[in-house]
Amino acid sequence: MKKLFLLVVTIIFLNNSAFSVTYNSNPKIFITELVEDAIKTLSDKSITDEEKKKTISRIALENVDINALGLYTLGNIRKTVDKDILNSYQKLFEKYFLKSLTSRLSDYSDNKFEVLGSDQKSSNYTIVSSKILESNNQPEIKIDWRVFTKNPNKPLIRDLVVEGLSLARTQKEEFASILNSNNNDIGALMAKLEEFISK
Amino acid sequence: MRLNKLIIIILASMMLQTNILKASDECFEGVSRSIFKFNMGFDKAVLKPVSKAYNKLPEPIKDGTGNFTSNIATLLSIPNFVLQGNFKGAGDATGSFLINSTFGVLGFGNPAGAMGLNVQKEDVGQTLATYGVKSGCYFVLPILGPTTARDAFGLIADSYVDPFSIATWREKDFLGASGNKIDFIAVKSASAVDFRGDNMKNFDSLEKNSLDLYSSMKSIYLQSRLKKIQNSDELSEDDWGNLDN
Repeated sequence: MKKLFLLVVTIIFLNNSAFSVTYNSNPKIFITELVEDAIKTLSDKSITDEEKKKTISRIALENVDINALGLYTLGNIRKTVDKDILNSYQKLFEKYFLKSLTSRLSDYSDNKFEVLGSDQKSSNYTIVSSKILESNNQPEIKIDWRVFTKNPNKPLIRDLVVEGLSLARTQKEEFASILNSNNNDIGALMAKLEEFISK
Repeated sequence: MRLNKLIIIILASMMLQTNILKASDECFEGVSRSIFKFNMGFDKAVLKPVSKAYNKLPEPIKDGTGNFTSNIATLLSIPNFVLQGNFKGAGDATGSFLINSTFGVLGFGNPAGAMGLNVQKEDVGQTLATYGVKSGCYFVLPILGPTTARDAFGLIADSYVDPFSIATWREKDFLGASGNKIDFIAVKSASAVDFRGDNMKNFDSLEKNSLDLYSSMKSIYLQSRLKKIQNSDELSEDDWGNLDN
């Protein structure tokens, strides 16, 4: 029995250590390591697309503040929506976010990336500046990462600002438009999310 | 001429409401969405294929085209810097235009940029914003794309202060330079194709990942205008509200 228990614990430990990567807590190094990891995964020809999606999803789940992002993009109605509905929305948003992120990252995986520096805005936020280097038919793209550092040992990404345009804000305004056209019915937004996920 | 006057009257009446309406408010969303659909059709049928073909041209030709149209656009920045009281900006823009037009062979090269003289683009919409004129409501123009009441008014005003527009679109002699409407359309079209070609991947990615492309484009346009007016990439910290706690 003791041996079986040890075996199970060992398997669980090995599984976790094989699939969980901890990045440096310094925001600049954190972004460098994370993006290198993501690009390496997406450009790895020895693994299938499904495996790539799984790895990217795992990296995002561990290092992006998807919960906060989901609430932020929902806008003010998050304060009045029923808790159970909000939970269902959060689950759908997570699926939507992971699908959309994998697709966006795949689009840029053949580009070279460089982290330029970081600027601590407050105890909660550090902005890490980076750029996607110029390539054929694609000028240089400046990307700022809004890193949430409330827990300094576990930084989390909250937003990507591409050439001064916030992706989180764009998403929030897109969701607001869907809500406005449907009398602030969160069900309509969730239906749109489901439609995107099932595409 | 009558149509011109009518457009100016409509825009002026919309401008009067700019302090009441926010940029996020729509002037006439249903119509704008229809025009947006038409613009997307135009993009698919004309602009995207032309830009794809343009992207296959050798790099020096594409760089030269981008530099040429950008150098001409600098002409609009000069009077706007003056109107904003930014005389250093006006001096830099004038210097950049003169250097690129001479040493840069009519603007096909960008020696001014290599010398560190990178000029921010300014237009009448931005100038009005520095005077405190709010953006007013948002709408979409056929072919020209997203705009606001203030920026649409600015677009018409641009043709009166931009030396290139005066010489070409208005066909009036400007310091000995003259042209015609075809020159104007050719340069603006080249600029649009160059921009579309540069952003091929970005547009495709946005289109693929949007739940409502119309709203995404609106958000991007409004954020981009705000960034140009503020001449800054500084992020708004309070946007995340009480989620930080």
